[in-house]
Amino acid sequence: MVSVNNNGHSTALIQVRGLNKTYRRGGEEIQVLQGLNLDVDKGDFVAFMGPSGSGKTTLLNLLGGLDVPTAGTISVAGDEITHMSSGKLTEWRARHVGFVFQMYNLIPVLTAYQNVELPLLLTRLSGTERRQHVEAALSIVGLADRTHHFPRQLSGGQEQRVAIARAIVSDPTFLLCDEPTGDLDRKSADEIMALVTELVDKHAKTVLMVTHDPVVATRAQTVLHLEKGVLVEAGKPRQDVAVGGGA
Amino acid sequence: MAIPVVYNFRSVKARWTSAIVAVLGIAGTVGVFVAMLSLARGFRATLVSSGSKDNALIVRAGATSEMTSGVSLDEVKVMQDAPGIARAADGPLVSPEAVLMAPIPLRSTGTDANVQLRGVSPNVLEIRKQIKIVQGRMFKPGLAEIVVGKNANVSYSGLALGNTMGLGNNRFQVVGVFDAGGSAFDSEVWADAHLLRSAYNRPDTFFQSVTVHLTSPDALQQVKDALTSDPRLNVDVSREVDYYAKQSTRMTTLITVLGGMVAAVMAIGAVFGALNTMYSAVAERGREIATMRALGFGALAVVLSFLIEAVLISFVGGALGCAAVLPLNGFTTGAMNWQTFSHLAFAFKITPDLLLGGIIFALGMGIAGGLLPAIHAAARPVAAALRSL
Repeated sequence: MVSVNNNGHSTALIQVRGLNKTYRRGGEEIQVLQGLNLDVDKGDFVAFMGPSGSGKTTLLNLLGGLDVPTAGTISVAGDEITHMSSGKLTEWRARHVGFVFQMYNLIPVLTAYQNVELPLLLTRLSGTERRQHVEAALSIVGLADRTHHFPRQLSGGQEQRVAIARAIVSDPTFLLCDEPTGDLDRKSADEIMALVTELVDKHAKTVLMVTHDPVVATRAQTVLHLEKGVLVEAGKPRQDVAVGGGA
Repeated sequence: MAIPVVYNFRSVKARWTSAIVAVLGIAGTVGVFVAMLSLARGFRATLVSSGSKDNALIVRAGATSEMTSGVSLDEVKVMQDAPGIARAADGPLVSPEAVLMAPIPLRSTGTDANVQLRGVSPNVLEIRKQIKIVQGRMFKPGLAEIVVGKNANVSYSGLALGNTMGLGNNRFQVVGVFDAGGSAFDSEVWADAHLLRSAYNRPDTFFQSVTVHLTSPDALQQVKDALTSDPRLNVDVSREVDYYAKQSTRMTTLITVLGGMVAAVMAIGAVFGALNTMYSAVAERGREIATMRALGFGALAVVLSFLIEAVLISFVGGALGCAAVLPLNGFTTGAMNWQTFSHLAFAFKITPDLLLGGIIFALGMGIAGGLLPAIHAAARPVAAALRSL
């Protein structure tokens, strides 16, 4: 169940309360997010839509611990991340967040296997255990036969599959996907979204996704619209409005 | 946990055109550094090997070299009876020596170089046992004959075996070539002290130094005590090897300081080359760095990763620089010995510890050039770095 009206106690996996983010550009203050409240349960698949500059990516960055809010709190599985030090936040990201980027962001000089193995290097797993995890992740995304290929030897869709394998290999608490199909053709985009949907349905992953593409957004259980830093529905502010969804 | 080193290896390989600037800069600096130090080391080794721990060298008290010393025949006679000086059947092993300079043209350039002439006693080979006649024979006392060191033989015109050479107001025939084991004596010309001084109108009762053979290396103190406490003498006594080591100090210091200055200036350039390479690496790989930071690699891991890369580049540069100058090892060159103003042939001496020093110097340059870009890479806000792609 996804909720955007709750500003009290909740048992949701991700709880966002009164989230504000303001940037300074020159002498001007730009308020990107304004008092956002959001609850996301385990296994939810939420899509954020909205025009450019509406705060979608900023929200994703804050949820992923890549940036810190100006005000408000974010709690994930009971951990309040907004007041963590930079070092603690880095450790927290390694344990709890799987990132999927629009441009895949694979390391070009590493093979698919080595790219997927990267997050596991931050764990205490042995070499054998790491190999098992990497092979399993590459199997899930259907690239078990491409382990020793470098990113330049893969198609865009295959690169994004490797990126998804990297995101799920350490079994993070949730996945953050920033325009995961933004650089793909329709066919590849459909395949990637089928894979993401499968991760939610079969593997009970929690996914928060930013997209411009309404077709892609239909794959999500819940679609939330952001406009000028506020969650809205059909042009109306959605604060104090409960939205349905859930697995 | 550190970012895997394979990432750095492959990144350097993928961007070798950029890395080559830093590699060549560091290679050139290390090459000059090692070559200059090997020059100083070769010079010192040449002079130090001239001395023997079994001999003592006696000069006038306060003299800084043989050229500024003077010992009279009367003083030599007093010295000959001192305890601790070895004796042969025909008398004490003492060589009062006259040191002079003669301009002789270099074969390589045709220009004159100051060659050290040494008037020695006929028993000098019993005193300097490391010196062997390798061609011809030793000069005969009382005859206008000279023997020449092996470097002098090949470096100067007119010193070939059998030639006759005008020295002062006399003509001397080259009757032998001696091998002094690569020491400074190899650049000298030796003759009977009496005839040599006479050719240059020098007084027959005056020498520059006296070399004596000790009964044992431990006898030095005995000789020193006996000679310095004798009121008829005003001399300094030192072990021959120590005397030559001291003689090398000024020149080796000069070469080391000058070489160090040249290397330091070049090192500044090389560090800027490394800085440029590493800053461009950081700029080109902003997305990769931000991605790794997003995945959970800490700032320290990023700093270490880029430092490893800088060290890798500098190691290749250092190894290349060392390899480039290695063929110089043993190459003979010549320079003015500032203590005697004579031309001295010596060889570059490249030793493993010098090469190790070169590599450490290279790594130092790599770290100096890599640290700031590495910190810059780690300090960049992750979200901003991802947004700017």
